[in-house]
Amino acid sequence: MYRTRRTAALALVLGGTLFASACGGGGGFKDEGASSAPASAKGPAALKMLIASSGDAETNAVKAAADAWAKKTGNTVTVTVASDMNQQLAQGFASGSPADVFYMDASRFADYAKNGSLYAYADQLSDNADFYEPLRQTFTFEGKQYCVPKDFSTLGLQINTDSWKKAGLTDADVPTTWDQLEAVSKKLTTKDQVGLGIGVGIDRLGAFVVQNGGWWLKQDGSAPSANSPEVTQALEWVQKNVKAGNFKMSNQLDSGWGGEAFGTGKAAMTIEGNWIAGAAKNDYPKLNYKTVELPAGPKGKGTLQFTQCWGVAADSKAQAQAVDLVKALSTVDQQLKFADAFGVMPSRQSAADQFKAKFPQDAPFIAGGEYGHGPINAAGMEQVVADLNSKLESFGGANIPQVLQAFDTNASAALKK
Amino acid sequence: MTTTDTALEPVTGRAPRRGRAGGKGQGQRQSVAGWLFVTPTLVVLGLFLVIPIVMALWVSFSDWNGRGSPFSSRVNLVGAQNYAALLTEPGLSRQDFMISLRNTFYYVLGVVPLQTVLALTLAVIVNQRFLKGRTFFRTAFYFPSVVSSVAISLVFLFLFTGTGAVNQFLSLFGIDGPTWFSDPRGLIHLVGDWLGLWSGTNPPAALENTQVMSLSLWEWISGPSVAMSAIMLQVIWTTAGTFMLMFIAGLQDLPTEVEEAAMVDGANKWQRFRAVTLPHLRPTILLVVTLGVIGTWQVFDQMYVMTQGGPAKTTLTPAYLSYTAAFNQNQWGEGAAMAFLLFVLIFVLTSVQRYWLRDKDEVAQRKAERAQRRAAKKGVAA
Repeated sequence: MYRTRRTAALALVLGGTLFASACGGGGGFKDEGASSAPASAKGPAALKMLIASSGDAETNAVKAAADAWAKKTGNTVTVTVASDMNQQLAQGFASGSPADVFYMDASRFADYAKNGSLYAYADQLSDNADFYEPLRQTFTFEGKQYCVPKDFSTLGLQINTDSWKKAGLTDADVPTTWDQLEAVSKKLTTKDQVGLGIGVGIDRLGAFVVQNGGWWLKQDGSAPSANSPEVTQALEWVQKNVKAGNFKMSNQLDSGWGGEAFGTGKAAMTIEGNWIAGAAKNDYPKLNYKTVELPAGPKGKGTLQFTQCWGVAADSKAQAQAVDLVKALSTVDQQLKFADAFGVMPSRQSAADQFKAKFPQDAPFIAGGEYGHGPINAAGMEQVVADLNSKLESFGGANIPQVLQAFDTNASAALKK
Repeated sequence: MTTTDTALEPVTGRAPRRGRAGGKGQGQRQSVAGWLFVTPTLVVLGLFLVIPIVMALWVSFSDWNGRGSPFSSRVNLVGAQNYAALLTEPGLSRQDFMISLRNTFYYVLGVVPLQTVLALTLAVIVNQRFLKGRTFFRTAFYFPSVVSSVAISLVFLFLFTGTGAVNQFLSLFGIDGPTWFSDPRGLIHLVGDWLGLWSGTNPPAALENTQVMSLSLWEWISGPSVAMSAIMLQVIWTTAGTFMLMFIAGLQDLPTEVEEAAMVDGANKWQRFRAVTLPHLRPTILLVVTLGVIGTWQVFDQMYVMTQGGPAKTTLTPAYLSYTAAFNQNQWGEGAAMAFLLFVLIFVLTSVQRYWLRDKDEVAQRKAERAQRRAAKKGVAA
């Protein structure tokens, strides 16, 4: 008994000492307030950059661009490719010495803006207005635009041209309204192919909501608005077609996403972004397809935009240099180079014409820059959106008004926090 | 840890060391040397175990938002607010936590008994003296435990796709297999539907409308989903090998004389197994079940690699939910609180199960001894 007590005492003392030294010691945990004037490192700065890369092409292109800037300015940049972006970003912010520049996803942006991890620098770019307005809105939190969009992508309608011809359809039949979409999808549906295969979740279904003039939250993001006629009717229209069998969700087609159902020929049309080009080239080389703009709904054209921005850390010791690097990475020339290397779309309006000339097949995607809607970007919504997505998984049988009511309840609780 | 140690001792058959040789001075010197030798371990344990646990405990009572040190002046103590969000306040956090507890409850209920029985069966087979190629079978059965769980998970993803090997095998018997990892239907729901107890698509209103802790009774009794069952199969298959080794160690400790004596008494094979082998293996069974319960409640890898909690949250587990709450939702306090609730749950369950599986003869004997001693003392006094 005596021995155990002494062991416990010693463990406590040892633990306590370590604990105190870990907290008191430099490096690990620091207590700093946020500042809005850029912190400028003296002499050549050593910047850290954290990116979530889609592959070697992207990594090398970003590295080359960063190296060029480093060489010109005399600073150094270390580019790290994250294997788990969320986790590595969180670790950086918690340690007090995060990467200086990093990819910041639109869906995670508001949480980090809210807890003060991000440095708002967008106003330091003189040509900030050149970036697409909806994209800038996406990275605006409480009236302040924090960062500039790196690039973006939108959803388009992919059509399997072989199936299209087989069904006796011509270029004149490309759907531009919901009724036409319904009609062609019925014509394209055969015994082993469904007309339209849609990926699961609101990142695809949301496009129909936008086309019907609805959105999950109110314009200013202050309150939910999912349980409204616009949203309900849009989802019920899709559900009606899913029940009829001319639309199907990707999980009904034993596919991980719309592109897989489309590539394997289980769906004659799908709704995806320009990333489908890479998948088609690598995984389904025999696939013949084309992309058109999504058909307009009762309230006009609509699509979804996905985007990331160049985040700069509030805890960075070299914010001035970091912003300078971002300026170099977001010029028209550099954005077109990135587009060339790994197929992203420039977030600057002034780059659109050159982009369209170079990549005519991507014109339907870039058109969505004008009328697309960004993701839900209010703070604390991640859990609520995940819950909505899980309830929409078995979409054909979902009780839509009930699901939307639950979303509204959960979202208003989350937005109040 | 304590449970493991006490349970291990009888298995290995080592007598616990007691007392120290030598005089008092020598003893003191030895104790200094002893402390010197354990210091590195204590430092490492303190740095990587004690401090993180204390920090996490603090975070679970704070409003830390993931930026800077959790001990900075910006972070405030919020009392049991994070725990309340998980246990008492109706809302999404409690709903998700309850879903994860339900899923893991069915998971533990399925995995622990099956993996224990399978491990014991394999051990008995491999331990037969007349089996040819014993080493080969032992290696073969143990192999899945050595392979990384991430690699096995990926293989299982392919095996269990809608058109994968498992479904093709099933179709040989005319069975149309489900799309395993995207099928959220609960097994108990399905069985009830099949028996005609209820309709899976139109559940009885009494069950569906009664809410207990954010979930309806109908959701509570769902059973493991089809997706979760596929993960359970994988886990049983991979862990049985490790536990088989423990059972083999226990079996090899069984004296041949005892078994021969039972044979002389005319006991048949099954009687010998029931009355001689199993009681002898009690400490090993306790160990295997304890490790099984602890391991299964903490399941994380499979969900992280294969399902990310889906389909329809039916493979959400407390460990995975705690991870997503912290890293994806910036709710660090709730994430840490979940970890501690899971700790308490495992601790209670292990204690209960240790009490159940204790050696009743030994307890009775000790009681009798105590009574005897008391009686003897009384005799002396009188």
